[in-house]
Amino acid sequence: MDVILILLAAGLLSWPLGRYMTAVFAGAPHWSDKVFAGPERLMLRLFGVDGRAGMNWRQYGLAFVAANLLLGIIAYVLLLCQHLLPLNPDNVGPLSWDLALHTAVSFLTNTNQQHYSGQLQLSFFSQSVVLVTLQFLTPAMGLALALAVLRGMTGGLNSATAKAGEPRNLGNFYQDSLRAFTRVLLPLSVVLALLLGSQGVPSNYQAATEAVLLEAPQSAEQAQIQRIPQGPVAAMVAIKQLGTNGGGWYGPNSTNPLENPTPLSNALQTIALVLVPMAMLWMMGGMLSRTASVNAAAASQAGLTPHTGLTPRAGQGFARMSFAVMAVLSLCFVAAAVYSEMQPNAAFAGLGASGGNLEGKEVRFGTDLSALWSTLTTQTSNGSVNAMHDSLNPLAGLISRAGMLINAIWGGIGCGLINFIVYIWLSVFIAGLMIGRTPEMFGRKLEKTELSWLGLLLVLPSAVILILTAITLSVPEWTANSNPGLHGISQVFYEYTSAFANNGSGFEGLGDNTPWWNLSTVLALLLGRYLPLLIPLIIAGRLAQKPVTPPGAASLPLQSLTFGVTVVVVILLLNFLSFLPSMVLGPIGEALVDLR
Amino acid sequence: MNLNSAFTQPMSAPAAAPTVENAPVQQHALWLPALRFSLVGLVFCGAVYSGGVTLLNQLLFPAQSNGSLIQATDGKVLGSVLVAQPFSAERYFHGRPSAVNSDPMNTAGSNLAPSNPVLRERVAADSARLAALYQVNPESLPLDLLASSGSGVDPHISPAAAQLQVERVAKARGCATTTVTALVAQQTQAPQWGVLGEPRVAVLPLNLSLDQACPVQAP
Repeated sequence: MDVILILLAAGLLSWPLGRYMTAVFAGAPHWSDKVFAGPERLMLRLFGVDGRAGMNWRQYGLAFVAANLLLGIIAYVLLLCQHLLPLNPDNVGPLSWDLALHTAVSFLTNTNQQHYSGQLQLSFFSQSVVLVTLQFLTPAMGLALALAVLRGMTGGLNSATAKAGEPRNLGNFYQDSLRAFTRVLLPLSVVLALLLGSQGVPSNYQAATEAVLLEAPQSAEQAQIQRIPQGPVAAMVAIKQLGTNGGGWYGPNSTNPLENPTPLSNALQTIALVLVPMAMLWMMGGMLSRTASVNAAAASQAGLTPHTGLTPRAGQGFARMSFAVMAVLSLCFVAAAVYSEMQPNAAFAGLGASGGNLEGKEVRFGTDLSALWSTLTTQTSNGSVNAMHDSLNPLAGLISRAGMLINAIWGGIGCGLINFIVYIWLSVFIAGLMIGRTPEMFGRKLEKTELSWLGLLLVLPSAVILILTAITLSVPEWTANSNPGLHGISQVFYEYTSAFANNGSGFEGLGDNTPWWNLSTVLALLLGRYLPLLIPLIIAGRLAQKPVTPPGAASLPLQSLTFGVTVVVVILLLNFLSFLPSMVLGPIGEALVDLR
Repeated sequence: MNLNSAFTQPMSAPAAAPTVENAPVQQHALWLPALRFSLVGLVFCGAVYSGGVTLLNQLLFPAQSNGSLIQATDGKVLGSVLVAQPFSAERYFHGRPSAVNSDPMNTAGSNLAPSNPVLRERVAADSARLAALYQVNPESLPLDLLASSGSGVDPHISPAAAQLQVERVAKARGCATTTVTALVAQQTQAPQWGVLGEPRVAVLPLNLSLDQACPVQAP
């Protein structure tokens, strides 16, 4: 019941947000200018950037890489020096170089995989300044990249006027990132942080509070007091949820009652998980249909018949199809996970009352809300948790890994939509093979070079995840898993999947703060962030330059039910082929052992 | 031709100032804007956003923003409504099993998989102990008293888990069962707004109210 209400609320709120985002990124005058235009002008001046200057795909991609590189270096240095910096009331010490590197890269890649334990190892400065900044800027930059890919697919912002061979304008990277920050992520985060504050998420800069235990421990060696960790937690939790980040203030994330105190705070945080990724689809519809209208108007003004592969209706229809594909997959996964956690934990058979799997879960949430969260957080590349995934029943464990491997059901902000478009290109290609046509999207043909890039994207996840998993499992001293047998394999596979998918959740029993784990996951994090964002930008940039073929009778209508079903099948089939053997060794094997 | 005005205004409107949509693609500096973008971002997110939101929460919700602390009349901090404390004495209600002895600085779940024999052993031992203590069939033991919480500091137990302990607590305190039941009812929270989450009993406030209503000398 509450599961349905939460999903419904998220879906309903995403529609107006998507409309708002369409208007904000269109560049036309908008009511939000009254509030934001002034501060944005000031910030652009501080960046030293002319926000109106367009970039082609190369310039856009380079600006993205440069900003990431510098942001990463600054974050790494600040994390290394945290013991010398202010805002450290609990006097936490320095981080090891490999842990600092892993933390910086993990937050830079919008992953927020944590090999440290928040309240013990990071200062307030590291968390509320360094990490919060990365939590805002990385989804903003991801969103900007998605805008560039969408613009490229439709010929760039200057598509109506550019001559053949003229560079296509994909927008300005800094202008797009800034608007994503000031007009989308920032206002939403402020509202959410205040709502969470009202529910009991701490907001202060005090050292941990000492409380005398009500029942004094029997032995004098045990602590007689309890230290309750404090900090500016609400500010971080808000953007952690909204920016598909997932890195929480405290160790066990939103499982911790200080980070997620009530069922209401849980509902708000669950909605925040999927809100922006859902709205991205409506924004895509708005953008495509707007581009189509602009091109048609320009053509008719020039006295030409508009010939474009895209009409406003088709643009909106494509977004609706995409939303439907994701919603169907998402709901099936949620239903399976909720069912899975309603089943008893195999270890409890005959030892307690009948009921769902409560190991690693909180009483105030129960099994349903925990299963909902675990599904959505792995679909959206968020990776925050409100229950321990290590103790999930095998089916829900499988669902959470499937969400990360697909990585395009809602998906992370920007990267989710881009991954989905990659699946669309692959579907267009496969469908094109079946009907014997050159694959095309919005009238622009996908040719050999584009398909080679797509092929690289296709083999990349299995190459990175499986090779790293195999290496780690072959050296037992490196593995450091806390569970024996098949689940031990699952722990390693989950960690690399989570890193590559830029998710950040974990089977947390893994002793993952070792140089091997830190460095090998850094590799997976970097490959999993930058290649899947930049390769589609290259493809979109190439598509932008291509001539448009008017749609003919044999064109594939991308908004049709048939194509939607094709996309679902392609998504499931590709992942099935890549990862079935590792799933058999992991959760499927565990489930069979439990049955026996 | 101005595309922006073509879309938003009548065709005859004069050309507006250049926008990103009609500016030509030109040369861009690479490193300096990236550096300044990073630094401005750090200052704005770290100081203005984090600081501003924290300040606002302090003004609007002071009690919640400081950790939902429970204080004695003399100002001594007794604990937080949101953080479990370890209880094992007969005279107190017990909370959920914790992998970290309810230490909020070191929060964690057990991270044991359903297939792990260590989990089976732990649950079997707890189940046998509780069944003997309350003289009940193991198959009627509430699961939340056997399953360790995700955070290790879950402040709540289920109403069934509280019900099971009423008699033991009343006996240890030499206090009427009805008094204890009434206190449990007082500390029981229904699902929020009637739909969200599960019914639950907060253990630390319940034990504090017991000490008030029916004090005992500590042994």
